[in-house]
Amino acid sequence: MEFSRLTIHELQKKLRAGELTSVEITESVYRRIASVEEKVHSYITLMEETAIGQAREADRLIREESACELTGIPIALKDILCTEGVRTTCGSRILENFMPPYDATVVRKLKDAGAVFVGKTNMDEFAMGSSTETSWFGITKNPWNLERIPGGSSGGSAAAVAADECIASLGTDTGGSIRQPAALCGVVGMKPTYGRVSRFGMVAFASSLDQIGPITKDVEDCAIMMNVISGHDTGDSTSVPTEVPDYRGFISRDIEGWTIGIPEEYFVDGIDPEIEAAADETIKTLEGLGARCTRISLPHTEYCVAVYYIIAPSEAGSNLARYDGVRYGFRATDGENLLDMYKKTRSAGFGAEVKRRIMLGTYSLSSGYYDAYYKKASQVRALIKDDFDNAFKKCDVILTPTTPTPAFRIGEKVDDPLQMYLSDIFTLSTNLAGIPGISVPCGYTKSGLPVGVQFMANHFEEGKLLQIASAYEKNSTIERRRPDL
Amino acid sequence: MEYEPVIGLEVHAQLLTRTKIFCGCSTRFGEEPNSNTCPVCIGMPGVLPVLNKKVVEYAMKMALATHCRINGTSTWARKNYFYPDLPKGYQITQFAHPLAETGYVDIESRFIGKKRIGITRIHMEEDAGKSIHDESSPSSYVDLNRAGVPLIEIVSEPDMRNTDEAVHYLRRLHEILVYLEICDGNMEEGSFRCDANISLRPKGEKEFGIRAELKNMNSFRNVQHALEYEIQRQRAILEGGGSVVQETRLWDVPQGVTHSMRGKEEAHDYRYFPEPDLVPVVISDAWKEEIKNTLPELPMEKRERFVEQYGIPSYDAGVLTAGRDLADYYEETVSLCGKPKPASNWVMGDFLAYLNEEKLEVTESPVTPRTLAELIDMIEAGTISGKIAKEVFEDMWKSGENPGEIVKEKGLVQITDTAELERIVEEVLEANQEQLEQYRSGREKLFGFFVGQTMKATRGKANPKIVNELLKKRLSPL
Amino acid sequence: MKITKKEVGYIAHLARLDFSEDEKGKLTSQLNTILMYMDMLNRVDTARIQPATHAVSLDNVFRDDIEKKSTGVEIALANAPDGTMGLFGVPRVID
Repeated sequence: MEFSRLTIHELQKKLRAGELTSVEITESVYRRIASVEEKVHSYITLMEETAIGQAREADRLIREESACELTGIPIALKDILCTEGVRTTCGSRILENFMPPYDATVVRKLKDAGAVFVGKTNMDEFAMGSSTETSWFGITKNPWNLERIPGGSSGGSAAAVAADECIASLGTDTGGSIRQPAALCGVVGMKPTYGRVSRFGMVAFASSLDQIGPITKDVEDCAIMMNVISGHDTGDSTSVPTEVPDYRGFISRDIEGWTIGIPEEYFVDGIDPEIEAAADETIKTLEGLGARCTRISLPHTEYCVAVYYIIAPSEAGSNLARYDGVRYGFRATDGENLLDMYKKTRSAGFGAEVKRRIMLGTYSLSSGYYDAYYKKASQVRALIKDDFDNAFKKCDVILTPTTPTPAFRIGEKVDDPLQMYLSDIFTLSTNLAGIPGISVPCGYTKSGLPVGVQFMANHFEEGKLLQIASAYEKNSTIERRRPDL
Repeated sequence: MEYEPVIGLEVHAQLLTRTKIFCGCSTRFGEEPNSNTCPVCIGMPGVLPVLNKKVVEYAMKMALATHCRINGTSTWARKNYFYPDLPKGYQITQFAHPLAETGYVDIESRFIGKKRIGITRIHMEEDAGKSIHDESSPSSYVDLNRAGVPLIEIVSEPDMRNTDEAVHYLRRLHEILVYLEICDGNMEEGSFRCDANISLRPKGEKEFGIRAELKNMNSFRNVQHALEYEIQRQRAILEGGGSVVQETRLWDVPQGVTHSMRGKEEAHDYRYFPEPDLVPVVISDAWKEEIKNTLPELPMEKRERFVEQYGIPSYDAGVLTAGRDLADYYEETVSLCGKPKPASNWVMGDFLAYLNEEKLEVTESPVTPRTLAELIDMIEAGTISGKIAKEVFEDMWKSGENPGEIVKEKGLVQITDTAELERIVEEVLEANQEQLEQYRSGREKLFGFFVGQTMKATRGKANPKIVNELLKKRLSPL
Repeated sequence: MKITKKEVGYIAHLARLDFSEDEKGKLTSQLNTILMYMDMLNRVDTARIQPATHAVSLDNVFRDDIEKKSTGVEIALANAPDGTMGLFGVPRVID
């Protein structure tokens, strides 16, 4: 039996019953990595030595009956999360050798809950991308089809869960970077409400949009991870001091009488027919569980991509100014003077997509263009938020496809940034509005690629998302497959 | 043609909080380079700022003391530019919605009379680190201890019309900040810094001329000299038919001139935008009231009260209110001895002289208001003479003892016993027969000689008034 | 044309990036495609709309003025490319 295939809640039972040890699980995970990592390339850095140590400590705690929520469970971390003494690259040459002297708040929380850290997963450089093709450390492949992208930017975290190279992982989501790769890799991914999970120690991409969230094998695992990582943090001024419910309590509840909003703007031309069909199937299943579906309108949907690709690059351009070769990270050694050093360092340290977005953001904020771009986008963002406020007066949750197409081929969109940006079309709006969203597997295309469905709820209503996602998961008739690696 | 200068000042004041504006590192000056740092003020990846509440309260104090309108909601912004001492590549500051706007400060002097200088805005921001340039080295070096020290920037209206007004305004701001105990005002260490915008226009003209921005003036004297130089420089250009270039100029202290920074500075495109990592500061009326209640009496008000309440000259009031500690010292002395003018003379005179000589703070003085008041009482009661009192004061300073004991120990009590003094006067006349004869034959100037001899015979303890009377009586023509 | 090659050069300088002439040309055309797409925002009337700068509404988040031990010189310089003598070294700022 390969334990690496199991979920957190399955392993918890076995660990507590003494049927197996964390060391056995951890070794099983590394065996799996040894056999598939070369094909998939989910990781930038593996932490095997410390992981086995953590597993031994976990086994001791379990024997002493002082285990916590994640004691002994092997978890992977997106390489955007700072880990004390373990290099954190953000997928970039410019941070190739950066050793943070601190843990991100979520990393500390996972440690406190007893997790075993498998390694740091691959990602688009600085989380800028939808395909995990822009990493300085190579491309991650989709475990379901190695010629295709796993999605991004948390492609490594999603692929690692799908390929059983870890039990669960953390990703980050600025415009869909958890949900889109989760959908394309056939796993569960949640972006919590902005402010629900502390951003402290997450290398910033676009600060007003970034959120950390779990990628897991099923919805119950998602709830377990949310229980651990959520909550107020005095180190993050945008962290919200709202009480955190027990998310596991939302699992296996029924959804009878719920109203599900179906936004007409999300079911338009350009959406892949197989994706649309899978979404329709999902709606039927939910109606079978006593939910009522109603058409709603989110009128400013068409502007989301334009708004997002002004606001995110503007913030990113500023956030990435600190990579200047002075205090840490890569420095070009042939700079003749300060200005020259800056330019050579940043030009060699950043990849093409990162530079493109820095340029776009710098332009949007520059003298004479601020009002037309940054300010205008922020105003339309307010209207997008209003759309959701109005929609949630009429429904409990909103259902959409997670992505307009299944996983595309590696290299297909690399040279067409706008087409790449449009692949985030269904996921950007939750980040702009700050609301939570979850992607759950809802079937496969004829060629065997996974398809995901997305649920969105109002601020701090992650519980509702977990409730409907778990109800769907338990009652859907789609067969459970595993990638053939 | 006669030209009129138009001057506006931008003052940066470091706030006296214990910790930096966005992290818990100490703000102490002069520590080992880069020791007062942490991942937040170094700008490491993924760290986030959390605002120090004291910074807002201190900034509110200054805003209230300068009659500004405090905005109900103020927000943070990023000012983006690259420099090695700016760790994040942006400075967190306030831009579109500053903490406070539209206030004023009144200035007054013998030359300019009373004048009101408008304050455009006061906002909070973080300081940058320090770059160290060494001419002989191919490298520059950066110390980030100062990065993240809280600042307020106080921007004036272009209301000043000459150097004198500018310096007076600057001194008033300085005085208020120090009085509020929110800034130590040390210009050399950079905790109080001033930049100036200055232009000239033909007298009577409404439109402003083209302005230069002056930097690097780290003392009041430098501000004065730099402005004077700049006025002359601009006047010469205008009179020669040329036009002033809008630019930043550095004051060169040893040369006594301003230098253009043309070509050395970047085109300014700071790309300000709202700081997403910080939330707005919302200030309620209740909070404003609470801070208002903690404001001390400000120097101008105190000055007026001293003149009114103690009947001392406004010159005295000015000196005594130059610092809060000194004013408190004076008031306590007066309350103990009840004699405002003598107290003022002593505090402004011997007290300040000794303090300055030994470079001590008012609070460190070995002579306390209680002992000084006792000394003044002894003079007024005639127990000791004013001259003896100066000696006693010196003893008090050195030993910290109270004047009563010193006078008793050294037998310095004034001799007021007329019989005793008559006897001494007789002895003096006896011993100086020659002078007595000269006096009697018309050299009346010698009267002072006899007074001096009598004082000398009593080692200064004789009551000079009585000695005078006795000598007059004794020497008057029979 | 939304942005010229010359403007791309200016923006690159502001962002402290260097591009070859070829890269600049390609970037100019990519940015133009993207910026043309952004033009759709002009269809939205935002005259009376307050910009949304944060995803959730919070205010007055403070910390107390209590000193926390600094992490110190060694940690500050541990990752520095040039950290001689307890200072961050950089190529001379030309003036």
